[in-house]
Amino acid sequence: MTDQLLNLACGLFLLTAVGVLWRRELAALITLLTVQGVALAGIAVLLAVDQRHAETAGVALAVGILKIAVLPYLLRRILARVPEARETAPLVNVATSLLAAAALTLLAYAAARPLIDLAPSPTAGAAPVGIAVMLIGFFLAATRRRAISQIVGVLLIDNGIAAVAFLATGGVPLLVELGVSADLLLAVLVLQVLTTRLHAAFGGTDLDDLRELHD
Amino acid sequence: MIPWLLAAGQAVLVMLVAPLLIGLMRAVRARLEGRAGGRVLQPWRELRKQLRKEPLIPADAGAFFTAAPAVLVATSVLVAAVAPFLSTRGPLSGVADLVVVVGLLLLGAVALALAGLDTGTAFGGMGASREMIIAALVEPTLLLAVFALSTRVGSTDLGAIVAAGATRPAEVFTPASALAAAALALATLAEAGRLPVDNPATHLELTMVHEAMVLEYAGRDLALVEWAAAMRLTILLGLLANLFIPWGVATDPHPGALAVAAGVFVVKLAALGCLVAAGEVFLAKLRLFRVPELLAGSFVLGLLAVVASSVLA
Repeated sequence: MTDQLLNLACGLFLLTAVGVLWRRELAALITLLTVQGVALAGIAVLLAVDQRHAETAGVALAVGILKIAVLPYLLRRILARVPEARETAPLVNVATSLLAAAALTLLAYAAARPLIDLAPSPTAGAAPVGIAVMLIGFFLAATRRRAISQIVGVLLIDNGIAAVAFLATGGVPLLVELGVSADLLLAVLVLQVLTTRLHAAFGGTDLDDLRELHD
Repeated sequence: MIPWLLAAGQAVLVMLVAPLLIGLMRAVRARLEGRAGGRVLQPWRELRKQLRKEPLIPADAGAFFTAAPAVLVATSVLVAAVAPFLSTRGPLSGVADLVVVVGLLLLGAVALALAGLDTGTAFGGMGASREMIIAALVEPTLLLAVFALSTRVGSTDLGAIVAAGATRPAEVFTPASALAAAALALATLAEAGRLPVDNPATHLELTMVHEAMVLEYAGRDLALVEWAAAMRLTILLGLLANLFIPWGVATDPHPGALAVAAGVFVVKLAALGCLVAAGEVFLAKLRLFRVPELLAGSFVLGLLAVVASSVLA
């Protein structure tokens, strides 16, 4: 039963990453990121229940609060401030990025095979999902123009790393997770300042406008 | 002998039910939009009227134009006969597997596209090129979505997949088959030319896909093409129903079980048809340039289903 639920959570986790590539509306991206946070917290909770480990449960709670409540709230505040609501012209079109996501998923499964063979278990078997989400996040951050899409890409990378950490090692120490989360929060807060300044200077948040640094 | 009779009966059932399914979907849609709409039997009346009229063939049309309706009907009837709709044991089990069924459906689509090109009219060529774009994206998705189910069974025989689902229903409800169902549903809508890929009720030539290819047909030929299109929709919805809701399919050729299977099959078709028609009320046709995005999305869903069923499970 736990294995089935874990598979379901991993499936949802990967599906939301593909959905982020599929949708153009920035508001939908944030909703999908929230759902992905739910799936990630679900994975952590399932592992904590499976191992009866209090520290993992604490990490799951922290991850849940950060990814389901705090980060989406901050992103929505940024979105409310800038007028553009859609990713109009990504560098790679949506159909091609979906096919690239399929290729990246296969790559993740192929690359993770030796890793799984070290300790074959259902949780380790699902670890490639995390690697796939990480690769999709890199792809998103590299090919989208809007500041919010790029930060969503960075958040996908972090979600992927967290999922691999949970699935492959059965949970990370609370201290490490706290450090990573604080970093992430800082990145989103910096983005909030950056988009406001960008919007004031250029009237948009297309990061390609930033060709050089000025005083 | 009995399996062959069964296959013939199944083909006749699909041929009878297909226009009724179209009529039901039109009636549901009309009711939801607040129109009176036609009766459920209306498509049958139109078919009967057109079947009695002589076909007119354009002066410049060649062999492809004359042959296409026959090829389309023949492939549809063959698939209707061998697919596991009523019983999982057909006369050609082992031969009539997934790849053959998808190939036969594609053969019909290609015949119609060639006929559209054959007349040399602008709209026919436009419709044919669009149909080929969509077919090239849909066929891999159809294959992948069913492959995700066949890895569980270890066979690409559709009868074996449905039989495994009917005997062990718990295995049908996995994340992998949910993904496969979503991919197959999108592919079905695109392949059958329904919204949001193609609008079957359109009168605007510039947006037509399927209708543009058959603009030049008249009389008996038009009736055959329309009938075959209805049968293809019935076949695809029937496969979707039996692969993911496999209850009621007869696993042995007992007359009582077959009668129940026929009833259940018609009910499943009607339910799916109503669902599609109700969904279409809320949908607009996608821009043609956005269609590849939708189909690439369904392809990725199919691929993830295969990955999930072969690696995760």
